[in-house]
Amino acid sequence: MTQGGHHVLEVDGVTKTFPGVVANRAVSFDLAEGEVHCLLGENGAGKTTLMNIVYGLYRPDEGTIRVRGREVEFSSSADAIAHGIGMVHQHFQLVPTLTVLENVVLGAERVRRGVLELGPARRTLDELMDRYGLPVDPDALVGDLSVGVRQRVELLKALYRDADVLILDEPTAVLTPGEVDEFLGTVRELVDLGKSVVFITHKLREVAQVADRITVLRGGEVVGRTTPAETSEAELAALMVGREVSFAVERTEAHPGEIALEVVDLVVDDDRGHRAVDGCSFAVRAGEIFGIAGVEGNGQRELVEAIAGMRPVVAGEVRVAGRSVVGLDPRRIADLGVGHIPEDRTRHGLIGPFSVADNLVLNRYHEAPYARGLVRDRSAVRRHAEELVETFDIRTPGVDVPVAQLSGGNQQKVVVARELSRPLAVLLVAQPTRGLDVGSIEFIHRRLVEMRDRGTAVLLVSAELDEVLGLADTVGVLYRGRIVASMAAEEADRHRIGLLMATGSEAA
Amino acid sequence: MNGLPAALRRGLAPVVVPVLAVLTALAVAAVAVVVAGSSPIVAYGALFEGAFGTPARIATTIGRATPFIGTALAMAFAYKAGLFNIGAEGQILAGALLAAWVGTWSFLQDWSAWLLLPIVLGAGIVGGFVWGIVPGILKAKTGAHEVITTIMLNFVMTLLAVWLVNSLDPIILRDTAVSVARTRPLPDAARLPELVAGTKLHWGIFLMLGLVAATAWVLDRTPFGFEVRAVGTNADAATYAGMSVARITILVMAISGAMAGLAGAGHVSGADGHLSPGVFVNVGFDAIAIALLARANPYGIVPAALLWGALLSGAPLMQQRAGMSTDLVRIIEAAILVFIAGDVMIRRLFRLPEREEAPV
Amino acid sequence: MIAAVAPRRLRLDRQRVVGGFFVVGGFLLVFAVAPALTTESKRFLFGIGPDAPSWTFVPSTATLWIGGALVLLGAAAVGWRGRIVQAGLVVAGVLSVLMILVAALALSSNRSTNLAPLFVQSLRLGSPIALGALAGLWSERSGVVNIGIEGMMLAGAGIGFVAYALMNGGAGGVPLYLAVLVAVVAGGLFAALHAFLSITLRTDQIVSGVAVNLLAIGLTSFLRSQILVPLNADSATTLPELSIPILSDLPVVGGVFTAKPIFFFTFFAFAVAAFVLVRTRWGLRVRAVGENPHAAETLGIDVIRVRYGAVILGGCIAGLAGAQFSLETVGSFDDLMTNGTGFIALAALIFGKWRPGPVLAGAMFFGFARALGVRIQLLGVEIAGFPLPSQFLQAVPYVVTIVVLAGAIGRAVPPAAIGKPYRRSR
Ligand SMILES: Nc1ncnc2c1ncn2[C@@H]1O[C@H](COP(=O)(O)OP(=O)(O)O)[C@@H](O)[C@H]1O
Ligand SMILES: [Mg+2]
Repeated sequence: MTQGGHHVLEVDGVTKTFPGVVANRAVSFDLAEGEVHCLLGENGAGKTTLMNIVYGLYRPDEGTIRVRGREVEFSSSADAIAHGIGMVHQHFQLVPTLTVLENVVLGAERVRRGVLELGPARRTLDELMDRYGLPVDPDALVGDLSVGVRQRVELLKALYRDADVLILDEPTAVLTPGEVDEFLGTVRELVDLGKSVVFITHKLREVAQVADRITVLRGGEVVGRTTPAETSEAELAALMVGREVSFAVERTEAHPGEIALEVVDLVVDDDRGHRAVDGCSFAVRAGEIFGIAGVEGNGQRELVEAIAGMRPVVAGEVRVAGRSVVGLDPRRIADLGVGHIPEDRTRHGLIGPFSVADNLVLNRYHEAPYARGLVRDRSAVRRHAEELVETFDIRTPGVDVPVAQLSGGNQQKVVVARELSRPLAVLLVAQPTRGLDVGSIEFIHRRLVEMRDRGTAVLLVSAELDEVLGLADTVGVLYRGRIVASMAAEEADRHRIGLLMATGSEAA
Repeated sequence: MNGLPAALRRGLAPVVVPVLAVLTALAVAAVAVVVAGSSPIVAYGALFEGAFGTPARIATTIGRATPFIGTALAMAFAYKAGLFNIGAEGQILAGALLAAWVGTWSFLQDWSAWLLLPIVLGAGIVGGFVWGIVPGILKAKTGAHEVITTIMLNFVMTLLAVWLVNSLDPIILRDTAVSVARTRPLPDAARLPELVAGTKLHWGIFLMLGLVAATAWVLDRTPFGFEVRAVGTNADAATYAGMSVARITILVMAISGAMAGLAGAGHVSGADGHLSPGVFVNVGFDAIAIALLARANPYGIVPAALLWGALLSGAPLMQQRAGMSTDLVRIIEAAILVFIAGDVMIRRLFRLPEREEAPV
Repeated sequence: MIAAVAPRRLRLDRQRVVGGFFVVGGFLLVFAVAPALTTESKRFLFGIGPDAPSWTFVPSTATLWIGGALVLLGAAAVGWRGRIVQAGLVVAGVLSVLMILVAALALSSNRSTNLAPLFVQSLRLGSPIALGALAGLWSERSGVVNIGIEGMMLAGAGIGFVAYALMNGGAGGVPLYLAVLVAVVAGGLFAALHAFLSITLRTDQIVSGVAVNLLAIGLTSFLRSQILVPLNADSATTLPELSIPILSDLPVVGGVFTAKPIFFFTFFAFAVAAFVLVRTRWGLRVRAVGENPHAAETLGIDVIRVRYGAVILGGCIAGLAGAQFSLETVGSFDDLMTNGTGFIALAALIFGKWRPGPVLAGAMFFGFARALGVRIQLLGVEIAGFPLPSQFLQAVPYVVTIVVLAGAIGRAVPPAAIGKPYRRSR
């Protein structure tokens, strides 16, 4: 399978464990000179861990790494950099309060008697920007730059260090579709100019566009090595998830009723004060699932949080059963029959050190029967918990153990059980199955459809287009903070939705 | 350790590290004793005898511990909500000051103790409450970090107290009958009765023990306590669950301040009968050390504060017998905090299992 | 710690708030204060001798003018924006300080007062605050909160003086400078403890700072009663005064240039710090590590080493600030001698938003508040028939810091990684 050129990087039998997780198990991988080698795998497959080892941030428990045929042992990333390895991390590693130039030279400063010599550095940077077509203002503060430009700064950092092996960890996750195409062009250019690239992704389309070779990782192990010519997207997908992907959920036809949730010209800012939701309007009827498709970062999180009352509304209207909820706090909104399965269960959905039982009443601890007057009734809380553990099939040693000790799937079931165990008019669901095992995914999907059939209006936001298409009765596409189109599920085919997600319009 | 049954070990775990930390601190301070040319056995023997040698000494020890219980509890309660209240010094002073002032209002002078005591103690609560709610509001409304604002408010209150008590022109709270700067004496009806005559051990200890039990109960058994712990453990999840982080923050800081304020009023009413502005210097630091030694557990605060009381009340005898400055106990206290804060050192030293991430 | 409290909704425009503050204050001056002040003329002197410059004014008239100016400048800040308006706000600030001086003199029975010593005294009192703040600056810019400055200063003051007493130096000279060196090392050692606890053991940085403070208080008072008291070591010998030729003969400001070495060093240290922070490799790394340690780590920077270096350097500076008390100014050591200066330094650090220039200015402003407190007592300033309590002026730094932290005048945003224990990847 290997192509001509000699190997610039060889990873041999690397194993890496974290407390409770085997992130990499006997992984072997190699990179030939002048190729783009895609490392493909789902979230949590161990891609980042493997490359952090190559980059000297982690030490492997077992296994060896060779660079250009020579075995190496890195004690910090300084060693990896010295061997010509550069890495663009999944989460950008930039210092927002420093300028672009300062970020680029950091760690590789040219100095005379300790004093920075920025002049020569600036010339080198200018030259690199020219050669690779990556224009940036060297004196801009990184904190003021857009995500796409920061990506360029990250690349420039690696190039400034004369890296000829570039590791790109999910570089496209934060880019808009237009930027993605441009970026893939840049990657090909880099290869043409003599670099070798490890390209990490879980997006199949990009693999087909950019890869020379492909290695698929699942559960920390290599499960396939192939090339784009020899395989298909379907086959790769199957390798990645270990089964034929089927988001197709068994469900009967929906019987939509009255409008239960209505969003009108909603405007919401993100944490940094930038517009995230910008004039968003849609309506969800009782008894239907309204799925929102869209590239991550188009305002999904802010939209859901604003409806749930966790984020201030700048302008516009949100109505639940005809009643405006703008300005109400999360508790008042929940009391109107709005449930919320949040995107990040460890951050928002659960309190890790609290018991399973307490987490199951996290938003109702103050109501009867869980509290009487000033006192909590802990036996009522336990009884409630034992019941839900039973009905929602939560695998736990007991209801008194800290919820943090449960597996991800069971933690999510705790959240789902809590939210679905009361009558709801509206259910907000964000990324409900992210990082979960197959069994949990199917379980949760079935529950969502059940809720719908009981007359709840379900708003589903997911980064997995297949999940949206499989569950939703109506699909809306969110693009730059507004719903640019919505249609019945039957009319929503992948191609049409993809075009809308990418460009915000159907006229390509 | 390995011989003990697992359940017992788990039950003992929160106690083992603090006890070892105290012992290690004593060992470290023993080095200072030897270097200073004395015998640790004599010194510590005298320290122990000075603290517990006679019933009167024991009473003094408990009396010295009394205000520490309130201030450390204030610190621990805020800590449960994820707040670092370094302001106990200012808050205890605010409470003491208001109590000392209200207690000397002339129209109250011949009221009965049943009315006067609650008024004086209530004044202490109000004083501490006000000095605690300010950093709470600042934190909740503007994000100003409570550590810095409480430090600054400590100094403001100290200066205010110095002015109110010391000022001779005009005379505000100063007792002109004595040469030292202190407030006018409280009437007998405003005094918490002494338990053991001449030892400054007074009924305030029961007040503080009651406060400990009440705090433990609130944290453990009430919806409010649940909210406090939720906010302290994961503020984002608390928000999601419909709790108002801002409201809890303000309330907790205010209650925390009120606890310290009550301790201050208790001290004025019970131990001294008047307020001298310097009595609570560095009490806030001590409160932090005690609360951490107790792992922020309300009940744990009682023995931890007693240790502080014992060190302070035993020190004079140690000085007399071993020629060691009473300041040695300050070194011991500091070393205890160092080993509690860096408990990893203790665990390595005594080969105990490492703690999981979540502290306290 | 709780971060989820959103200040967003309450965001009043800073410039407008400050402007409005000046407008209101100006009106108060014009309509309430000016009529109450005396019309008898008073005089500020700037130095001694008949040819020293001076300014004669009538307090009520001067107040009218200042009040009017404040109203105009404040109104401009409410209505417009831009550099000129901002400069106007600075002018308004200076005028406010001037107004305090005018009012102080007007409310006293004196006819004139000499401002030159007040100026010199402000810098003198500001100097230890500034050094302490610089100590905090290094530590906090690298991402380590330092509320142990006070303890490090106290350790420098106490241990430095003990060293001097033990050297039997008596008459100053070389032992005195050696003792200063010991003070610096002592500060550094206490900082090393803070670094060890908070960086290596990842203890909460606040707790670690408290431990440093408690230990310094205990150790120095123990050393004092165990060593200094028996030796009866109150030498009263201090570092010698130096005069910078020519500059020390200047009118008005000349007094500043006759002073002691650590005082001079303060300004030098700030100049160096400003340069090192911005223009050197190490400074760049300190800033990076304080903002995003993981980014620095991915570039092969040893975060832990940089932080140790910054914290210990800060401790050395704090130790020097301590020496300023015991070895430069007084010539003895007392328990709790630094008397909270380390915390005012922390206030100056926040007031100056962790940047060398503004931090120095803040420290000097707080020094001015202290000097003014003394001056006002000397002048016998009376309000409503009673002397103005000096404690009110002493409280200024603390109140100002709270106001600054609360965001009313230019929100103070600390280095992003501050207070968070850093864990190296493995
Ligand atoms: N520093 C860490 N500590 C503990 N577990 C980790 C750490 N980094 C990654 N993991 C775990 O290792 C597994 C692989 O993670 P990762 O390499 O990030 O996957 P990927 O990049 O493919 O999404 C996951 O289960 C993750 O939770
Ligand atoms: Mg990854």
